[in-house]
Amino acid sequence: MDQVTLTPHIPRLRRYARALVRDRYAADDLVQDTLERAINKFHLWRPGSDLRAWLFAIMHNVHVNQVRSRAARPEASLDDGDLLPQPVTDTDRLEIRDMQSAIATLPIEQREVILLIALKQLSYAEVSKALGIPMGTVMSRLFRARERLRAQLAGVTSQSNLKLVR
Amino acid sequence: MKVSENDLQAFVDDLLAPERRAEIEAHLARDADAADRVAAYQDQNAQLRAHFNPVLDEPIPQRLTMLAPRRGFARFAVAASWLVFGVAIGWIANFLVADEPMRAVTLARSAAIAHAVYSPEVRHPVEVGADQHEHLVRWLSKRLGAKLRPPLLTDSGYELVGGRLLPGDRGAVAQFMYEDPKGRRLTLYVSRMNVSQGDTAFRFSRENGVSVFYWVDGALGYALSGNMPKQDLLGVATAVYKQLNP
Repeated sequence: MDQVTLTPHIPRLRRYARALVRDRYAADDLVQDTLERAINKFHLWRPGSDLRAWLFAIMHNVHVNQVRSRAARPEASLDDGDLLPQPVTDTDRLEIRDMQSAIATLPIEQREVILLIALKQLSYAEVSKALGIPMGTVMSRLFRARERLRAQLAGVTSQSNLKLVR
Repeated sequence: MKVSENDLQAFVDDLLAPERRAEIEAHLARDADAADRVAAYQDQNAQLRAHFNPVLDEPIPQRLTMLAPRRGFARFAVAASWLVFGVAIGWIANFLVADEPMRAVTLARSAAIAHAVYSPEVRHPVEVGADQHEHLVRWLSKRLGAKLRPPLLTDSGYELVGGRLLPGDRGAVAQFMYEDPKGRRLTLYVSRMNVSQGDTAFRFSRENGVSVFYWVDGALGYALSGNMPKQDLLGVATAVYKQLNP
């Protein structure tokens, strides 16, 4: 196990982390924790299995643990603006200008699924394995995440330059 | 033809076989609501990729590529070399009278050097400014592997400017910089120490014109440096010491 093995995966881990936690430093902290854990737990990786999917599974665990421990110790939370889904009010809806703010309002479990899939990180089956949830749950979270984003972005997308494809 | 919700999702993500894909397309041509939804989902995918794909082209921060393996051969090799080194040091140490804790003196000297190098810096006195206080503390704490709290020295007339990471002989070292309204600067140097060495009381040292108060508290050594007479630094150093060792 060396850094060379992991390095090709770092850009994708960073992209996912950035989408997951927004703050770029916190995102790179998450990547660093993930890589450190991967290095230390490398004996648990089954040779021949997909290293990328394994790394995303580790990142999921690290992130969930961080969210839990920060929730348990609120005084220790440094940047938990992105940890809890914020309730969407009418005023918020007006504030949601872009995808990044919209994605941050999703509950974490939905955010993880839609990001892993939309950013073409993993297949449905790989997401199910990485997150340790059944396929049916993956699909329902994906559906709910997309519906929620659609509701929030309604009115914004219609004015955007992106044309709807019929 | 039966079309499930999962089919629509897989259509959006382009995960269907061409045949099935064509069937879904035909279905969407007849179901305007479903077609609207699918279009919105595709639009979400496009926006997410447009938003986050640029991260892929960013240079990877060095801290992510410099992680050393901690297990396996490399760790063993490192441990073995330290062992050899430790044996050698122990042997040499027999010839030295180690009354004065060596490490703490080194701490004061290293802190004074770091102070002399960075405190005159006009444009880049720190790597991360105090305006990003949380990030600064989290980052340096993480690199030192200990929870750091830069003391608040407002009562002594100094404000935190920010901090930087430095290499030390025991790995990462943090330097916090403070400034008073006249532009006089103090630096607080925080380094990991050899725990077995034990604590060191509040001491003073003068290194090439730099006054340094230093002490060791458990795993961390602290050194406060300033280009000023001992008496002027003492008040602030006492405030720092009290805040860090309540």
